[in-house]
Amino acid sequence: MAIFPSQKKSCYNLPVISHKSTQNLPNDDKDATQQLVSGATIADRYLIQNILGVGGMSSVYRARDLHFPNVTKLVAVKEMVNRALDPIVRSTIVRNFEREANLLASLDHRSIPMIYDFFTINERSYLVIEYINGSDLEALINSSKDFLPQDRIVRWGIELCDVLSYLHNHKPEAIVFRDMKPSNVMINNQDHIILVDFGIAKPFQVGQRGTMIGTEGYSPPEQYRGEATPLADIYSLGATLHHALTHHDPRLEAPFSFHERPIRQINPNVSEALENTVNKALNYDPEERYQSADEFKNALLEAAHESGLISQIPISMNSGPKPGETIKPVWEFKCEDEIRGSPTYFNGMVYVGCYDNNLYALDAKQGAFAWKYPTEGGIVSKPAIYQDSVLFGSEDFRLHAVYLRAGKVNWTYYTKGPIRSSPFLAEGHIFIGSDDAFLHAVNFLTGRHAWRVDAGSPIRSTPLVYNDLVYFGAEAGDFYCVDFTGSIKWRFKAKRAITSSAAISKGIVYFGSVDSTVYALDAKTGWVIWRFRLNKPTISTPFIQENMLFIGSVDGAIYAIDTTSAKEIWHFNTKHQVTGSPLIYKDSLYCGSVDGNLYCLEYRSGRMRWKFPAKGAITGTPAAFEDMIYIGAADHHIYAIIA
Amino acid sequence: MLAKLFGLKKKKSEKRDASLDIPTIPRQTGSPLAALTTKPLTAVRVEPKTDVLPQLRVGCAQSVGMQRDHNEDAILTLTTLAATNDSYLPIGLFIIADGMGGHKYGEIASSLAVHTFAHRILDKMMLPLLEAKPADPLQEILESGVMEAHRVISKEAPGSGTTLTALLISGRQMSIAHVGDSRAYHIQPNGEMQTLTRDHSLVMRMIELGHLTEDEAAVHPQRNVLYRALGQGDPFSPDVSTCPLPEAGHLLLCTDGLWGVAAQEEISSIIQAAPTPEAACQQLIDAANKAGGPDNISAILVRIPD
Repeated sequence: MAIFPSQKKSCYNLPVISHKSTQNLPNDDKDATQQLVSGATIADRYLIQNILGVGGMSSVYRARDLHFPNVTKLVAVKEMVNRALDPIVRSTIVRNFEREANLLASLDHRSIPMIYDFFTINERSYLVIEYINGSDLEALINSSKDFLPQDRIVRWGIELCDVLSYLHNHKPEAIVFRDMKPSNVMINNQDHIILVDFGIAKPFQVGQRGTMIGTEGYSPPEQYRGEATPLADIYSLGATLHHALTHHDPRLEAPFSFHERPIRQINPNVSEALENTVNKALNYDPEERYQSADEFKNALLEAAHESGLISQIPISMNSGPKPGETIKPVWEFKCEDEIRGSPTYFNGMVYVGCYDNNLYALDAKQGAFAWKYPTEGGIVSKPAIYQDSVLFGSEDFRLHAVYLRAGKVNWTYYTKGPIRSSPFLAEGHIFIGSDDAFLHAVNFLTGRHAWRVDAGSPIRSTPLVYNDLVYFGAEAGDFYCVDFTGSIKWRFKAKRAITSSAAISKGIVYFGSVDSTVYALDAKTGWVIWRFRLNKPTISTPFIQENMLFIGSVDGAIYAIDTTSAKEIWHFNTKHQVTGSPLIYKDSLYCGSVDGNLYCLEYRSGRMRWKFPAKGAITGTPAAFEDMIYIGAADHHIYAIIA
Repeated sequence: MLAKLFGLKKKKSEKRDASLDIPTIPRQTGSPLAALTTKPLTAVRVEPKTDVLPQLRVGCAQSVGMQRDHNEDAILTLTTLAATNDSYLPIGLFIIADGMGGHKYGEIASSLAVHTFAHRILDKMMLPLLEAKPADPLQEILESGVMEAHRVISKEAPGSGTTLTALLISGRQMSIAHVGDSRAYHIQPNGEMQTLTRDHSLVMRMIELGHLTEDEAAVHPQRNVLYRALGQGDPFSPDVSTCPLPEAGHLLLCTDGLWGVAAQEEISSIIQAAPTPEAACQQLIDAANKAGGPDNISAILVRIPD
């Protein structure tokens, strides 16, 4: 029940020429909508071939005009469907159909389809119009994974301004299209636009409490008050271009919220000039928009000229340090092999494991070497500090406890496989996973085994303890919740490995999987509350801040997801995989990428503040303390950078 | 406890490591801190054998109002207490829908919405739970319930529409699926009210943009115009979210026949004062009718177990 705002006397609605449907009613609804079948001939002239689309008030078919027997002349036949029960509404629909036909017959523009015929048979009315070979813009947007080329979109925008200008300047009365949106824009085989409208003038329903508008997200505010002026079309065109440039359908968002989805933040290839042009058309206040379609067209032409319609220069989104300014580390320390794990800060010292088999202890202020402790395998484990020792696992199968002061061994604990997991401390015990498929609980004071749980496959994630329950994932895709006696409370199975560690907030446990999904489960029961699909696997551990979850993915992006609604807030693309985990410190997000950079982003908006280029991939998670960020890279260095 | 444990993992940078405060042997209820032991760890905290069952208490009421001749609102409440192993899990499903469309289509729409949605939740969430089978993610079930209701209404009662606001309590999490301008509120024990849903109405959008104040919205001639409702418009996306169940207080679901007519302070004080949720709902309806009752009135009130 759409309300049709009252029209000003001088403005008509463009009649509806419908070729394509945006609504897919189920096929078994034949009785309600489809009144013609393929093979039927109407008016002894039009042989129906197939249905092109169905809307609320009409159906469109492709047909062949039999008056041209020697060639296949194709036309579109639009049949009015009148299921209204109320007699006033019925006659309104009929009158609208007729008025549209008359109006269409009087228009002549290359972007408006030609009308060939109009007739009524057995109380059913038909419009015969030019058949357009091509697809509509909405279908194009939906079928294309990447953004459509900017220059094509600008060209279509210019052509749309052209036809709008023609309509708005129509004599004797200006015509306001009122229904500009991607599904009403056909792109023919020559890549030119034809304006069509599906769904004949929406029937007027006598206003009732709870009357509604099927606003569709492209309409400007004033259209609700029944004030449809040419400036409304300008807004709708802006909305259409915004959708095409960002792939964000405004119908799925709150109305008039385009400014919450800035174009260049979503599609960095768009030029600033084009963004400004579209934004101006989208002004809430009609007076602030372009005052005519011609003005809009000129602005688009200028924007196209600036960015070069022919040669597209990709514009970088990075508004980071001023050109010429590079981030320099406060200190850097070179080890003998890659640093794949994450550093830990404690009491003025930075501890980090290296693939040269050593655990390094460095002075945090100057990066001066304090001591190193050799193991017999590479270390990717993130060290944990407890009392007077630093604890970490090594690929030499052991969990090592080493005294903080001088780096002398306290005790070692053997497992039966390399350890790539990091330790987690709780209740005087260390919980750590091993490639031997067990989760081990080790008493800190004695270094002796307390218990262990068989997970069935290697455990590379770091266990997490919360409310006397231990949470961890394993390489076969299982995620376990285990109590302090080692008995399993619940278990969840993802489709691929869970290498990332879990994060818990407000009773929900979050983790990512190599099956390209981020999961949110009720910590107590193990029920899945939501899941969020990434494009590629993730082994990054999520970081939770307020209602936001941050995680990296093999697709190279850092994502920010709203934990209550499971919707993406923003994502930031780096140039290679993001396998480490993000860290939020003060109001920035720090995350490394395999592209060698450590990124500093504003965590609420995802805007980059700066990036620090290391000379090798960064796969660990940064550590932060007192305005310093510590991170290692595959270039064998550990860096300390000012936050 | 969480902060402390988290402190261990994330912020090693704090001056004094929080881990130093954790006793070095697992705590055992009742026994004094024993000497250091090398015995293997067997149990830590023993849960008390008798748990107080957290029960949801629900009341609801409806009225056609003073100026309408039939009721186009629909409500449904369902409370269960699922006991598995040694844990007790209250589950509550509360749905409210306000139909519009005239020619009886309004009541068809709201009724269809409520039944279709409830059926989906029972089928995809409650039954698997009872059969101890894995279920789809909760939010996906809620969203599909709304989409299914939308599809059914578009087919069976074309041209009509309805709001739909559903509250699902599972254990200590609360999920809301919402379309339209019916509302869900949390009323704190001290009487403060928070709206948990966002009206999908034009005037609310204008308030959000700063173009209208709440007082202006209350008397705006188009305050009933919605930009999103079941049965209207394609494509379509409901608001679905999950957050922890508040510790205490009440949860209220109501149509605009209540919130648009009775003042928030009055609603809050009625809920505070009434002895039971059923009595509260009855009094809320009476208050709306006393204020003129221009529309159908429906309310569901849930008392959160302490």
